[in-house]
Amino acid sequence: MQAATGRRHKMISYAKYGYIFIAPFFIVYTFFMIYPLFNTLLLSFKQNGSEHPEVWVGLQNYQYLLFGEEGNFAANSVQSKFWSSLGNTFILWAGNFVVQIILSLLLAVWFSDARIKIKGTGFFKVVMYLPNIITAASVAGMFMMLFGNSKYGVINSMLLNLQAILEPIPFINDVWISRILVMLIQSWMWYGNTMLLLLSGIFGIDPSIYEAAEIDGSSGANTFFRITMPILKPIFIYVFITSMIGGLQMFDIPYLLHEGTAVRPALKTAAVFIYENFHQVYNYGYSAAASMILFVITAVLGMIVFRFNADSTSAKKRKAK
Amino acid sequence: MADSYNFSNTEYRRKLRIHSVIRLIVCILLTVISLLPIYIILINATRANADIISNGISFLPGTNIIENFKNMTDPSYANGVYYRIFNVLVGYRNSLFISISATILTVFFSAMTAYGLSVYDFKGKKFATTFILLVMMVPSQVVSTGFLEFMASLKLLNNYIPLIIPAIAAPATVFFMLQYMKSSFPLDIVEAARIDGCSEFRTFMQISLPIFKPAFAVQAIFAFVANWNNYYTPTMILVNGDSSMKTMPMMVAGVMGISTSTDYGIQNLAVVLSIIPIIVIYLALSKFIVKGVALGAVKG
Repeated sequence: MQAATGRRHKMISYAKYGYIFIAPFFIVYTFFMIYPLFNTLLLSFKQNGSEHPEVWVGLQNYQYLLFGEEGNFAANSVQSKFWSSLGNTFILWAGNFVVQIILSLLLAVWFSDARIKIKGTGFFKVVMYLPNIITAASVAGMFMMLFGNSKYGVINSMLLNLQAILEPIPFINDVWISRILVMLIQSWMWYGNTMLLLLSGIFGIDPSIYEAAEIDGSSGANTFFRITMPILKPIFIYVFITSMIGGLQMFDIPYLLHEGTAVRPALKTAAVFIYENFHQVYNYGYSAAASMILFVITAVLGMIVFRFNADSTSAKKRKAK
Repeated sequence: MADSYNFSNTEYRRKLRIHSVIRLIVCILLTVISLLPIYIILINATRANADIISNGISFLPGTNIIENFKNMTDPSYANGVYYRIFNVLVGYRNSLFISISATILTVFFSAMTAYGLSVYDFKGKKFATTFILLVMMVPSQVVSTGFLEFMASLKLLNNYIPLIIPAIAAPATVFFMLQYMKSSFPLDIVEAARIDGCSEFRTFMQISLPIFKPAFAVQAIFAFVANWNNYYTPTMILVNGDSSMKTMPMMVAGVMGISTSTDYGIQNLAVVLSIIPIIVIYLALSKFIVKGVALGAVKG
């Protein structure tokens, strides 16, 4: 009798609650993410130029985007637009990353230096992270007003008053000045974030290593390249890849940084290409094919981070044992 | 620390002091760079358009802020273009509604998913966990074409549903909550609650949620800020130009696009009004936020 109840007690399974608890996540994720991904794939095989695309064109959209077609003006023009959008995305991301990483590495190393304490580190961290939290659309508006093309833009009017320039500088309309401006805005927004990420990695380094290095007479630069950087490598890779994934989606600032109605051609990123093809000309096929290409790139980059995450977790487990 | 290694010679100490002064100067410089653009916008929001045009940059506030605000909300000023495009109260209402709903859904359902994945044993649990880890890095933006076409076919454009409901599935937040549960949620509590006859759902609501509170705080802040700042998704979903539905970032973008009868004072004020809520939240919670950035990133 007792054995029977014991067995019955053991047989109570709570597994179904597990499914109930995780069901909302997976239902919503399927509905708003996996199906849309599938739908994007379908659309990328369909004809352009209609709000309800029906005609299947196979891989033509990919072919036009990536390679164009000899003698086909439309295909070649969309190809050059797509490649230039990829080029713009890369230029804007790379420039911003270089500035950002140099600044944030320097700051992270300084803030964690036990020999030379900087007063008010907490305050500096709060201030340096602040730009990251402000709405990107507002940031774009802010810099539009500071770097306006006309002589009424804040910087132009200041330079004109100082008689440093005779004509207002076309900050927004010039190809390279506008690109550099976007790079600097992006760095301005993200250096605090990157600094905090790197700092969390540096604080994980055992301080006794630094003491030993100091006793052995290692110079600052030597300590940085031989000790800090190798230990920082995993978090550095993480920052690099996540920044790249974010960079591929860059939209708000390049899209909004213009006077008048048209987005500056030098600032048309891949996300802007997708948006414009979708909204302005109903080229769902191109828009979807470009999305899929970005998705594949992102997925590859994401796998690298996943591998790195999995590695570090298993390494930790091994250590714990 | 240097003293203990007998580096008491003055040469070394002076070198250290010079270094620390240089570093302090660089940090102060960066502080100025971080704050100056915001400061100038703030100052210009208090100045009249004519003042900004004729006098250029200024570091002292003007006296025109109330006038700017009146003009911004006046249906007859500049043919009512500012009144129509930038309605600050409607913008706050819409953005707050979307951001708060989405934040609540994100933290609640992420906690629920993490709870389900760590408390129960079931078939496919490992797969589900790996799946969440795997898709954490995939931004929803890459599926936007298919997402929009799908929403359009469901007649959900110009509706807040596609902006709020997807918040239920936030892989990165689930991952964070999973890590948090691993480190600070004793599974014995669930067992004890079961013996006391507490139902599974009640155990989750009344016993585990209070333990989740610290994790909630951090994730809620980030979810709120991300939703408030989102410009891409709302511009794609709210396409009929109905300004009573627009979010704050959309309104700011609209104001910046005004090319006739430009009023710099009003434009500056609009930008300031759009960032005030975020800055207030940041200043109040900066300690959590600065800590949270690293917490979310190192991922365990």
